[in-house]
Amino acid sequence: MKSLGSIRRSFAPWDDPAARPYIHFDHVTKRFGDFTAVNDLSLVIYEREFFALLGASGCGKTTLLRMLAGFEQPTSGRILLDGQDLAGIPPFRRPVNMMFQSYALFPHMTVEANIAFGLKQDGMPKPAIEARVKEMLKLVKMEQFARRKPHQLSGGQRQRVALARSVAKRPKVLLLDEPLGALDKKLREETQFELMDLQQELGLTFVVVTHDQEEAMTMADRIAILDKGEVMQVATPAEIYEAPVSRFVAGFVGNVNMLEGTVSDRVENRARITGATGAVIAVENAGAAANGNSVAFAIRPEKIRVASKPPAPGTPNVLEGEIYDIAYLGDMTVYHVKLDDGQIVRASTLNASRVTEDPLTWNDRAWISFAPDAGVVLTR
Amino acid sequence: MSEPAARPAGAMQARLLSAIAGRLVIAVPYLWLLVFFLVPFLIVFKISLSETAIAMPPYLPVISLGEGLGALWQGLRELSFDNYLWLTEDALYFNAYVSSLVIAAVSTFLTLLVGYPLAYGMARAPASMRATLLMLVILPFWTSFLIRVYAWIGILKPEGLLNQFLLWVGVIDTPLNILNTHTAVFIGIVYSYLPFMVLPLYAALEKMDHSLIEAAQDLGCTPISAFWKITFPLSLPGVVAGCLLVFIPAVGEFVIPDLLGGSSTLMIGKTLWNEFFANRDWPVASAVASILLLLLVVPIMLFQRAQARAQERDR
Repeated sequence: MKSLGSIRRSFAPWDDPAARPYIHFDHVTKRFGDFTAVNDLSLVIYEREFFALLGASGCGKTTLLRMLAGFEQPTSGRILLDGQDLAGIPPFRRPVNMMFQSYALFPHMTVEANIAFGLKQDGMPKPAIEARVKEMLKLVKMEQFARRKPHQLSGGQRQRVALARSVAKRPKVLLLDEPLGALDKKLREETQFELMDLQQELGLTFVVVTHDQEEAMTMADRIAILDKGEVMQVATPAEIYEAPVSRFVAGFVGNVNMLEGTVSDRVENRARITGATGAVIAVENAGAAANGNSVAFAIRPEKIRVASKPPAPGTPNVLEGEIYDIAYLGDMTVYHVKLDDGQIVRASTLNASRVTEDPLTWNDRAWISFAPDAGVVLTR
Repeated sequence: MSEPAARPAGAMQARLLSAIAGRLVIAVPYLWLLVFFLVPFLIVFKISLSETAIAMPPYLPVISLGEGLGALWQGLRELSFDNYLWLTEDALYFNAYVSSLVIAAVSTFLTLLVGYPLAYGMARAPASMRATLLMLVILPFWTSFLIRVYAWIGILKPEGLLNQFLLWVGVIDTPLNILNTHTAVFIGIVYSYLPFMVLPLYAALEKMDHSLIEAAQDLGCTPISAFWKITFPLSLPGVVAGCLLVFIPAVGEFVIPDLLGGSSTLMIGKTLWNEFFANRDWPVASAVASILLLLLVVPIMLFQRAQARAQERDR
């Protein structure tokens, strides 16, 4: 697959065939009674990667994390960490640490004692513990709260203490279960960047479980989209967004228009997709679709142009309709255009200038157009 | 014209009324304590300062409020601390106090040892079973306390159920002599007071977040050390409450040592009973009771004050 993911940085061990997997889920299945939480799942995570497990609740992402921490045992399959099979190793002997969704701070201990807890268990000498605790408090900017108890802290402060406690032992892997779930939106956005900086600074491997796609897109090097205990796609955020492999993934991340139709006239990568009502779309990246296949043409709203006049003749992929709904969001405007075949298409326009010379309003006739390579053809 | 003036007056009246109502609500428990605790205690305390007499009631002076202030003053002047001095002169009372405290302390500790695993198991049981388990803990209360203690005589006596069973199994050749020993008293107290230990422990353990244990294990604790470092310290309020609920009534316990402990068991409850009913010496019995109360109330008040101060410091 061509790499769209090199936007962030040149770190891409997953494209290197010689790279050694660090965490390896090898055909892992986990059942709770009749319920299959994780179904024959295989997944590879590389060292120093910021990896996100993204999915709706009940998709098995937390079970995966808990199996890595040792709180659950796989029903079948193996989990390897740095080449070592983790089977039979209890949680307290695994070189991984977890930041719990509820933070799980010990209420009867001060912030300091919470951070020092794991170090004491390791039998680290006292001066070394003190130095490490001080370092951790500085890292999360909580020096002046060292002697407080957890119930005397705000939600954001507790989150920092939980983070400091979980990285204090310098684990090989840090597991984060919905790390920002309990914070409000603004604090969450700030903390996302702090977590990324921290991961870079410490050089640890992070595995984060989240249901928030924006959070995963912002922080992660790669994202695994999970559904019903199976991996739908593992890729960089850009790849997931621009080249989803299935209708599910395309629909799960961001907004998307799905234009259903049948493939015909496939020549090399070019093809036509004819909708049920006869609208024809020309595409230049037909992918795996063969003539006669029913496919979805998935196109993101920002890749569709909306105009109040018909575009110049010869423009590919022009569809006509009328403005059905307008949402002004400040940075952009979202139009819902009702095509003449009844389908509603979402298109968004960036409000780059303060005054638009061509304003569209409710019930106006509108023409939408998009490039033949602006969307992806999905067979699944 | 009087309307605007009447309104603030009405508002003030309403405020006054709500203030009085607020005081009244607080006054109810105080009144309760006054009528059912302080006044009876003062009566007992007054009797303890009196002198025993062959009369009805069996002590002197009898103070009556109806005979004028002069008689009241005369009566008060006749009161003395002689009975308290008497308690220090006869070693029986001192020994009974010490023995009661020791027996109560040992029983409380044993009850904690039995009750903690029970409460822990209940708190960790599936949520659907907890109500049933709680019910089973409370169930013995539905039978008379006296009958349940009597039943232990049948179990513990030399030819009782326990000895018959042990002989049948072959663990022992001669019956164990349990009845009329301290052991029987311990068994009786642990059995009778177990629910008072289990319920506060269960309440403390049940509300504990299990992810704390997982976090401790994640940070390198074995399950056993996670218990001692996290679970036990966090359940301490329940431990303290349970121990107080068992220890306080156990110190003054009368029925259990009387029925199971025989004559060899010296406890203050039995001494008290003897003074009241066998010797008919109400003043000395009242002095014994007053000292017992002081012995229990003072340490508990100090302890609670210390705890409140610690809580204040945390805030």
